[in-house]
Formats: sequence, C-alpha cells, structure tokens
Amino acid sequence: MQYEAPQTLDAALSLLAGATGQARILAGGTDIMVQLHMDTTDPDMLVDIKNISELRAITETDGAFTIGAVTTGAELGENEAVKKMWPGVVEGLELIGSTQVQGRATIGGNLCNASPAADVIPALIAANAITNVVGPNGSREVAAEDIPVGPGKTSLAQDEIVVSISFPARGARAGDAYLRFIPRTEMDIAVVGVGISLEVDEAGVCTQARVGLGAVAEKALLVPEAAATLIGTSLDDAAMEKLAAAISAACRPINDRRGTIEFRTDVAGVMARRTAKIAYDRAVG
Amino acid sequence: MAKQHVTTTVNNDEFEFLCEPKASMLDVLRDELNLTGSKEGCATGDCGACSVVMDGRLVCSCLVLGVEMEGKSIETIEGMADGEKLHPLQQQFLDHAALQCGICTPGVLVAAKALLEKNPDPTETEVRYWLAGNLCRCTGYDKIIRAVMDAAKEMRAA
Amino acid sequence: MDNSMDVGYSADDKELKFVGKRTNRPDGVDKVTGRARFGADARLPGMLYGKILRSPHAHARIISIDTSKAEALSGVKAVVTRDDFEDRDSEFVPAGEMMVNYRDMVRNIMAREKVLYDGHAVAAVAATSVTIAKQALKLIDVQYEVLPHVIDVVEAMAPGAPLLHDDLFTDGVEPKPTKPSNVAKRLEFNMGDIASGFAEADEILEKTFDTKPVHQGYIEPHSCLASFSENGSAELWCSTQGQYLVRAHCSKLVGMEISKLRVTPSEIGGGFGGKTVVFIEPIALALSKKTYRPIKITMTRDEVFRSSGPTSGGNVRVKVGITKDGKIMACEAELKYQAGAFQGSSVQPGCMCAFAPYDVANVNVIGWDVLSNRPKVAAYRAPGAPISEYAVECVIDELAERIGMDPVDFRLKNAAKEGTQTAYGPKFGPVGFVEVLEATKALDHYKIPLGPNQGRGIGSGFWFNIGGETCVNLNVNEDGTLTLITGSPDIGGSRASMCNMAAEELGIDVGLINPIIADTSVLGFNFLSAGSRTTFACGLATIEAARNAIENMRKRVAQLWDIPLDAVVWEDGAARPASSNAGEFEPMTLPEIAKIAPKTGGPIAGHAEINAQGAGPGFGTHMVDVEVDKETGHVKVLRYTVIQDAGKAIHPSFVEGQYQGGAVQCIGWALNEEYVYGEDGRLQNSGFLDYRIPLASDLPMIDTKIVEVPNPNHPYGVRGVGETPIIPGLAAMSNAISNALGLRMSELPMSPPKVLKAIKEASV
Repeated sequence: MQYEAPQTLDAALSLLAGATGQARILAGGTDIMVQLHMDTTDPDMLVDIKNISELRAITETDGAFTIGAVTTGAELGENEAVKKMWPGVVEGLELIGSTQVQGRATIGGNLCNASPAADVIPALIAANAITNVVGPNGSREVAAEDIPVGPGKTSLAQDEIVVSISFPARGARAGDAYLRFIPRTEMDIAVVGVGISLEVDEAGVCTQARVGLGAVAEKALLVPEAAATLIGTSLDDAAMEKLAAAISAACRPINDRRGTIEFRTDVAGVMARRTAKIAYDRAVG
Repeated sequence: MAKQHVTTTVNNDEFEFLCEPKASMLDVLRDELNLTGSKEGCATGDCGACSVVMDGRLVCSCLVLGVEMEGKSIETIEGMADGEKLHPLQQQFLDHAALQCGICTPGVLVAAKALLEKNPDPTETEVRYWLAGNLCRCTGYDKIIRAVMDAAKEMRAA
Repeated sequence: MDNSMDVGYSADDKELKFVGKRTNRPDGVDKVTGRARFGADARLPGMLYGKILRSPHAHARIISIDTSKAEALSGVKAVVTRDDFEDRDSEFVPAGEMMVNYRDMVRNIMAREKVLYDGHAVAAVAATSVTIAKQALKLIDVQYEVLPHVIDVVEAMAPGAPLLHDDLFTDGVEPKPTKPSNVAKRLEFNMGDIASGFAEADEILEKTFDTKPVHQGYIEPHSCLASFSENGSAELWCSTQGQYLVRAHCSKLVGMEISKLRVTPSEIGGGFGGKTVVFIEPIALALSKKTYRPIKITMTRDEVFRSSGPTSGGNVRVKVGITKDGKIMACEAELKYQAGAFQGSSVQPGCMCAFAPYDVANVNVIGWDVLSNRPKVAAYRAPGAPISEYAVECVIDELAERIGMDPVDFRLKNAAKEGTQTAYGPKFGPVGFVEVLEATKALDHYKIPLGPNQGRGIGSGFWFNIGGETCVNLNVNEDGTLTLITGSPDIGGSRASMCNMAAEELGIDVGLINPIIADTSVLGFNFLSAGSRTTFACGLATIEAARNAIENMRKRVAQLWDIPLDAVVWEDGAARPASSNAGEFEPMTLPEIAKIAPKTGGPIAGHAEINAQGAGPGFGTHMVDVEVDKETGHVKVLRYTVIQDAGKAIHPSFVEGQYQGGAVQCIGWALNEEYVYGEDGRLQNSGFLDYRIPLASDLPMIDTKIVEVPNPNHPYGVRGVGETPIIPGLAAMSNAISNALGLRMSELPMSPPKVLKAIKEASV
C-alpha cells in the first residue's frame, strides 16, 4: 500500500486519477484504520487529504456557511458561529466516538463513510446541506442525502473528492437538532438517529422543516412525510403523534446486534418527537 | 511494501524511522521507538489505552497511521513526569488508588491531562464524558474521577 | 497450613500502624509513568511473531489442513497444527475454582478432530513480522465439513440437539446413559425435606431466569513471549493470574519437565478469572521449539472475545416457599450452565452459593453442566455464583414484596449466621451477613426519596473465598531493608497489602520492604491469584515468613547476647531482652542485626510454605437507584452503594476498589453486556464497540461501606474481598428496575429493547 499526503487539491486529484488498483481517500481515518486492522479493506493507495488547506477552511458569507471536508468534530465544536447557526449539525458530528475520535473524525469522512448509522448525515440532510465535489471533470454539487447509496457505498467516483459542505443562509427564527438513541451514554453506534431542522413564523408556527433519519434503513433517509407533519403546527401533541407515526412508517430497519426492528421503529418516533422539540425551542429562541 | 521515511517529535525528542505504510502510530511507538507506555487494548479506537496528544489534540494512536507522524509533535505517557517529579495527575492517581491493574492508566492520564489543559475547572459530568473513551474494567471509575477532580483543584491552586 | 499458628490479635485490640492504612503502592510510580511492563511489552533479540488461524465455523469437522503454501512464504519460520501437540489422556486438574481436563485442553488450544466454536484455533505460524504472519494465515488451506451447531443451553440439552462430542455421557445420572449428549454432568445438593418445607409455606414463588454469556472484559489482551533453548529448557513471559499453573499446563501440553520451564508473570492488565488458563502460551512454546527463536503472540481484541474463556450463560429455575411472617421454609433450584465446547462450567459453585446467604432447613439444588458451540468458559469473578444468586435474589425480593415486608428486614430475618448449616456442607463460623444488612438499613442512601420513573433495588451475595498453596520468602538485606518475594500476581494492589502486613509484623516502616513477584524458578508452587485468596493466603504466608524472619533474628541476638531464645523478644522493629531478668542489653534494631549477619551465621531470611485453610466467607449487599426512560427502555444508574464484610481491610483503598469495580461489572452484566450470536453461530460483537462495558459517563460515584467482622483464621481477620462484589448487583439492578416500572423482569441483560418490550407487554 502506497501512502500519499498531497498539499494541493490538484495534486490529490491527479494521484487519484493516476491510481492503479484501489485508491482510497484518507480523512480522519477513524473508519479506515479500523478496516485496515480488521483486514476488511486492502487499498493499493491511500490519499491523505488532511494537508490540503481549502479542505480545512470554515467560511461564512451572509449567513451561509461552508465547512471544509476535513474539519474534525473537535474543531467544529470550537467554532462558535457554526454552533450558533447549526447546533444540530455540530451535535451530530460531536456525538461520533470518544474525545479521542473527535480529534480525528471529520465531517466529510463521516458523510463519505456512508454508514447507515452515521451521526452527521441525518443532521446534514435536515440542514439541506450541499456537498461540493471535485473530480477530473470539474466540480459539482450534490445534496447530502444523495451521497450515500447503501452501507459503505456512495455516489462518488473513485477519483472524486468532497471538498466542503455548504449550508444555506436562513432566517432568524430557525433551529436544528440531532438526537440519537444508544444503549450507553457514549461510544456506541446509533441505534436510531434523527436530525430535524425547521423554521417558524412570528406566531411560532412551523413554516419549513426537513427531517433526516438514520440507522433504520440501508442509508440515512430524508423523510418529507415526517417534515410535512410539522409544517403549519406549533408542534402540539397531535402534531408530535403524527410525526412519530410518519417516522415509524419510514423505518425499514433490520434486527442486529444493536437493536431489533420493533425497537428501532418505536424509538425512532420517540427520538423524532424529542428532536423536534429541541429544534423548535431553538427556532423560537 | 516499501517503507517510508518519517521524521517526528515525541516528547520533545526527534526521531527518524522507516515506516510500513499500514502501521499505526501505536505500532510505531511501541515497536520502533520502544515507547511501550501506550497500550493496545483494542486497536479500533474503542478503549483509549493508546491515547496520545498529537499537535495539541488528544487522539487514539491506533487510529493514526505511523506515516502521519511526519512533522508532528507527539506527547505520550513517557513524557508526562518532569524528571522524578510526577505530574499532579500522576500523584493524585497514586494517592487516590485510582488504578488497580494499571493497563488503562497511561491512556487515562494522557486524556485527563488534555482535559485539564483545555478546561482547568471541569465538573464531574465533564470529566466523565471527556473520559468516556477510556475504558477501565477494574475501578468502576470512581477513584479515577476523584483523582482527576482533585488534580484539577491542585493545579488551579498552583 | 500450620494450624497452631497463633491468632495474634484482632483488629481492635492493638493499635495497627500499617494494616488498615492507605499506604503507597510499591508498583504505583511505574504504572503512572508507563514504565510497568505488561504482557505485550517484552521483546527479545531474534524474536518472531506468532499469529493464529481461527475457525470461521461454530461447528465443523476438519477434513484436512494444508500448510505447505504458508510454509513456503518468505519470512515464515514455522507452522504448527494439531499434529504438533500430542494427544493427552483424560485427566482432571484444578484451574481456577473449576476443573479442567488435559484431553480437552489440548483440543481447546488447537482443534483436532473438529472445530467446536467460532474462533477455535486451527493452526499457527511464526514469521519475521506480524504482516507476514497474517499473510501466511491466508495461505493455509483448511477443508471443513460444516456441522449443525447449538449455542443456547436449553436447546443444547434437548433431544436431537447437534452433538459436540459423541463420547460424552452424562455423569451423575443413574443409570448411566447409553447415548451421548451435550450434558456432561448432573449435580445435586440436598438438605432437610424439601417437600415438607414447601408444605409448611404460605407463599411459594417459582420462576425461571435467563442470563447471557458475558466476558471478563480485561483491557489487556492475552500476550506471551516464549523462548525455547536447544538444551530443552524454555522461558515463558506472559500475562497470567498464576505462573505456576501456566507452567503446569504448558509443560503438560508441550511435553517437558516442569523444572525445565521457567514462567515469569508480567504485570497483568486485568484478569477477573479469565487469565487462569492457557490459550496462546503452549502455541508460542511449540513454535519456539520448532524454531529455537523467541516467539511473541498477542491476541487481538477480536480474538480475546472469540477465543478466550468468557463465562456461562445460564438458565435458572428457582422456587422458594415462605411463611406469611417472612420465614423461608424451602428453597429449590435447577441450574443449567453453558460450559462452552468442553465440559467444566461453574455450575458447581453456582449450586453451592445459590441459597448460602440464608438459614434454611430444606434445600434442593440441581445443576447441569452443558456443552454448546461456544468458547470453553473460564472463571469470571466468583464463577457461577452471580448467575444463580441473581435468580434467587430476584425471587427473595418479590416474595418480600408479596408479604409486604421490607426487603432488608426479610433478609435479616433469614440471614445465615455463625452456626448456620449450609446445604453444600459446612456450618458457618463467624460471618458478617447480619452486620452487612444492619449497615445497609442504616445507610442514608436507603432514606433518599425517589422521583418518578425511579426505583431502588437491593440484592445480596455470598462467596466462599479460598486459601490454598502459597510460598513466600522474606530476605533481610545487608542494609536492613527487606525483599518480600511472593508468587501471586498482583491484580489490584496486593503488593501493598502484603507490605502492610509484613511491616506490621516486623514493626518497621513499610517503605523498607520491596515486594517482588517471583517467576516459577524462585519459589515453590503457588496457586492462582483467584478465588479472593491472595490477601488471605498470600497474606498468611507473608505473616508467617515475617514471623520466621523475626525468630531467626531473635536467634542471632540470643546467640550474641548468650541468653536463651525465650529471653529475646521482638518489639517495634528491634530485638530486646524479655525482661530485666534476661540481662541488661541495648535493643538491637533490624538494620543492626542485618549488618552483623555475616558474623552471626550468614544471611537472614524468613520463609513460609503453606496450604492456607480457613478462608472466611464473604457476604455483601448492593443498593442501587435507577431511573428508567419508559419510552426507550434506557436505564440510568443514579446512586449505588456496596456494603460488604471484608473481615479486615488491610488496605482500604484497594478494598473499596474491589467493591466499586465489582459493582460496575454488575451494572454492565445487568444492562448491556452479552455475547450476540448470529444464525451461523458466529459471534457478532467481538469488540468493545458492540460488547458494551460501562463507561465513565454511564455511572455515578460508587459508594462503599466496609464492614469488618474478623475471620478468626487470619491474624488480622482477612476474609478476601474480590469476588463477592460481582454477585449482589445483578439482582439489585433487576429489583431496582422492577421497582421503577412495577413489573418483574427475569432475564439479563436488561438492555433497552428488552426493557421497552417488557413495558409494552405489561401495559397491554
């Protein structure tokens, strides 16, 4: 296996384009290192993208944030501006693993690892985040929900790189949140994860909502039917019941060592209600 | 597989070595540099026994490639005491009997030091969550938490 | 043991300077600086790396093993398979508190006819690097005939279950079965008349409980370094709870004389019973014997979970009858324990402990030792007892509730005390269960009001504690310092405890004593650091060695002063004339005696070689408060108190540490820990990500209350404290969750899906 750590995006792209055999991008490495140890990946080349400065930048233009793909959980958690605008996204990234893992795991890496249970993906989906991708033929924008296509699989070509993730500007009365259910208090993989972002009017009625749902299907889902239950409501009990029902209906989980179908379907609704309340409280301020 | 040349700094000492690209920093520390204070409990980032600080960030050395040490500054348990003077955390761990078997201790100490450098006055809950990635099977964590809290107090007073 | 050894004083009648004090731990600085050398921290010149090929099947016949391609790989120096280990006759020997059979052990370390569990070793290679060794494993071609498998203990007992061994016939059943089965053994313990006991009961409760297999979860994987010499001797460095049993097992399995194998125990990164047997050590020796190069083998975490010795899952039926005023009249239980792929589960101690906390006239306990396609179980802290006592303590709690009696009062009313006849044999001497329960009742914790969705539970537990074979040398050095040489690996601060006792006896500062854990060539046989024996048995030997050293020093002084030995006494670290009648002599301090030793007969030392008897039974009670999230089934532990009789806490910090660590292992076992098997019989959670041991963030502080009812068979009253703390918590947790929810659960772990399911079923 060859290890390369290019300093520029162009250099990284040409390494990927010229690779013979399997080339994998190394971001924080918190998944790839495990796969290497467990012998479940055997790439011919690893391209470490952490030294590329444009992948590390966090910028803001008129309330719209762009976060470099290799921004770690620890770094994002120290960025007060992002935390204020997108607390749910920051929560999602910061929930991954331990303090130690937070020092390494990146926002782009968690997205591109494409785990169905990834914590940041439902939050990105809810936030309507756009992924900025470059490849040999230039750049393109991909909605966060369109990056994962199945467990560990993305819509990206082997020679494409996620450079950054962009978040749209939005009004003052907006809030987002991410909650997950895990058996312990830390360190576990989500059994269910729910990200919700919403905006409210002056009367506190929800005008826009997006709901991302993790760990209950082959990939994280955008659930418009769940979002629809919130719009036009003040998240009263009836709306919450409908939200939970819509979420549970969207679940198509499996039984595994982390949870049963029945449990995941049930708890997804519970988590959705709780997440919505937090997002709503943040939106009304 | 061709080894790569790496120059790095560990506990303020410069090291050069040839590194298999797949080797982890933990492998390098233990097998190349003979710094066996960092322990392997899992090699998958779940136990924290291999915790080190790299360029100011607490990481699991099992989740970092050895070749990624190039140009970096690493702090391990071996660099924690100042000559014969133990770090206040080390002394508090002894005074509190915050270790039984001691295998998790180096990682816990490195992690706790990183916490106190960032947050000199943590709450019990903050200590518990910061150390959630450092598994200890012997102590039930009680004495570890108390030792960290008391070390923080001592360091604030100093 | 020399039973005439006088019981000097109890904890109360002499002011103790070191016993009971929180002294510095001799190995402490090395452990906070990273200097301490654990199993994987050793290396030798010319060392090779060993890796083991493991079965991907739960149950399969091995048709063939072709290692030729692996052997041809550059850098590979040796390959071993079943052919490199001579078969052994059936011979049962002690290992931990359980028995093992060498015929089984040789098959467990390296599969012969069949692989019997996912992770069973099939072959091993030695190569110049780990990378090459791993490549070589992929080149070994093993042909399997996959067979049906069985994991669950009840299914394994059923007629028609897949058979692990076609030559296993149930022992303890009359007439002896003619057909083989997975049931290795039936045991029964009886006392009184069970039928008339139940006839006198007003309330009878019968329930069945299930527990899943769990792992000790030590953070340090097994690791060893073996080096065979061309002269036929070998050295072995390994992480173990007992270097002498490693020597016994390895010399047997590799085929060498005991004196030719020198085993050095490393610092041990946790064991909890799991490091009382051998797995990789004989393989490393066999590879070294083929290459005459040092071989290092370190298990990965995945191998630790799949291929070491976790504990049983169990199925336990309990029936208890009581009078309406709360007197237990009859107790019955049937225990079915998984042994894993070979016989020898901890069902026997499980049976013996089940009802031991209670003074009951009529008891019947039946135990079944059952094989299934899981790794052969090893001891895990009070092996067997947590499973049976969990079931019993849940039933006790429910019965107390039924008759409206406080659960502590109910236990007090029935508590075993001095003179209580146990069902498993002895009558108890002085025991501290009543004192533990009284301390429990007095806790502030017991009076704290609970909020909504919160519950409080208590559970109690009993463990025998053991003694056993122990040797100690105490060398008086030329400068008046001492070297204390013991053969018991220190798993949690025992060196400090030994020094406390030695210093107390010698009347010198504890800092003058340097403790060493010896390799097998230094001392005679020592049993394991297990069974809560170390502070008791090694402590007895240490005290005896100190007294022997004192006697030797008195002899030197008597000779010097030319007075009878009886006329010289030892006080405060010096030899003194017994009275003015003995003559006028200035006291001689220990350093003064040491300095002139060459002139008085040469080096001075104390020795003890004993088989310690009279361990004091340990009783404990745990009290826990929990809060249950009724929408998710998530359980949060709010408060936890451990109350336990230590006899005497030689080093209170480490006693508290045992209580706290045991309690948290209970919490893990009760809430989230379990081996999860797929339909294919393969373990699905062989890492700390999905085998969920408790984290710092999951827990509150663990409060402790040390009760001290001295064991009369130890000079300071030590009972042993390591194992009892893992027993009471399983039921305490279950009873607390029951209390919070108003329903009774009867299986472990009480993980969120199971708790939520129970809530939903109860609300239907």
